[in-house]
Amino acid sequence: MQIILSVQSLTKKFEDFTAVNGISFDVETGSIFAFLGPNGAGKSTTIKMLTTVLKPTSGEIMINGFNALKEQDKARASFGIVFQDRSLDEELTAYENMEYHAVIYKVPRKEREDRIRQALEIVGLWERRGDYVEKYSGGMKRRLEIARALVHYPKILFLDEPTVGLDPQTRNSIWSHIKRLNEEKGMTIFLTTHYMEEAEAVADQIAIIDHGRIIESGTVEEIKKRTETESLEEAFLKLTGRDIRDDNVPGNKMRTIRGMRRRGRY
Amino acid sequence: MIEVIYILWLRQLKHYWRSKARLLGSLGQPVLFLVAFGFGFGPMYAKASGGENYMDFLAPGIVSMSILFTAIFSGLEVIWDRQFGFLKETFVAPISRAEIMLGKTLGGASIAMVQGLIVFCLTYVLGFRVPGLRSLGLGLIFMFLIAIFFTGFGLAIASKMKDMHGFQLIMNFLIMPIFFLSGALFPLENLPPAIYFLSRVNPLTYGVDGMRGAFTGISVFGIYNDLAIVGSLSALICMVGAVLFSKIEA
Repeated sequence: MQIILSVQSLTKKFEDFTAVNGISFDVETGSIFAFLGPNGAGKSTTIKMLTTVLKPTSGEIMINGFNALKEQDKARASFGIVFQDRSLDEELTAYENMEYHAVIYKVPRKEREDRIRQALEIVGLWERRGDYVEKYSGGMKRRLEIARALVHYPKILFLDEPTVGLDPQTRNSIWSHIKRLNEEKGMTIFLTTHYMEEAEAVADQIAIIDHGRIIESGTVEEIKKRTETESLEEAFLKLTGRDIRDDNVPGNKMRTIRGMRRRGRY
Repeated sequence: MIEVIYILWLRQLKHYWRSKARLLGSLGQPVLFLVAFGFGFGPMYAKASGGENYMDFLAPGIVSMSILFTAIFSGLEVIWDRQFGFLKETFVAPISRAEIMLGKTLGGASIAMVQGLIVFCLTYVLGFRVPGLRSLGLGLIFMFLIAIFFTGFGLAIASKMKDMHGFQLIMNFLIMPIFFLSGALFPLENLPPAIYFLSRVNPLTYGVDGMRGAFTGISVFGIYNDLAIVGSLSALICMVGAVLFSKIEA
């Protein structure tokens, strides 16, 4: 069993609030790992630290054998990321967005065109490569972002809520692209989502985070067994409670309403 | 490294070239200033200075103005990149922040330079003449340095801003004073001490003075002093910008 991503006692504090509190986990090479949790649980903060956008207060991250803090550039070259919110230049064409990415990720010049073509063909956008991104629909933008994250042949792909706000057809097609990448290219997938049935359908391993700590992890079957529930959604609700959380913006002051910080109220 | 800088530069030029409205719109102000001030104050200036041509004085000032505004805007464009999420895409790539800073500075400065050259050609139409190739070359160097400095300055400011809310503040309390107290429109003589002091700590003052010296021979501080000051300030702002950039968390 090979480990592509290893996280040791990772912690992030914002002033008086601890968003992520000493979490540790390993992700196996070639697996699909789902990282779940209610809003404000510490998911986005964790993914930001894993992708070197945010500096951890303490803890260690090893990606593809590289220390994400000390060998930042090597770690960065090892992963691809699709951010939760949009990150395309809409005044450029799809192809220009891809080319920009290929250059800043130092893809050799000779391979660039082929790789861009491959990636765009995977998500079915090659024919539309010359269009300005602002003309794209939400689903096409998402697919373009996935294609872009593939151009530098990452070993692990981070997907932060890749299907949020998309119609069922597009969600379906995005998941089938993702599964195919995983099965055919052996690419490790690390994803977050709020759609439990999606996580249940694709994930080999699951970790559930709440209040900055991992409260449960394992395969879907193991989690259902331990929580004595029928589906991942039920297990999730049983573990994290039914209270509605405050959504919050990482980086700003983060807090959930204290009265709601009870777990397992059912 | 060169390719990374090139693609960052190219992206900015594409934005500039594709936005024709912006291209044309940003020419409106310098043209208006040239015409209104040039013809409005021209006779007064001639009388006060004993027959000098105001256009000779004003043209380098207005060229500086258009470079100043274009450069600052290009620098501040990073704030849009941040709001539209594109900055993150650039920041998680395996490239250094210094490269990003350099690429963006050169991109913004090139746009400002193009804008400055367009205005420079317009001044020709209004009767402004440069004596020879040597003064033209020197003048172009000053234009480029002003462009570099203020793009870097805009980037440094942008690295500290989360969104465009502070834009008016920066425009009215920083950029407009820099412009008005630079000697672009009127000579910096017989001023009250406070204004005199402000004009002397204003980087644009030396840029305008140097460019005017190069193009027309009228210089207060001496062209080579101006060149040394503007040159070292440009290098300094690039370094400061690179440090500030390295601290941004996207």
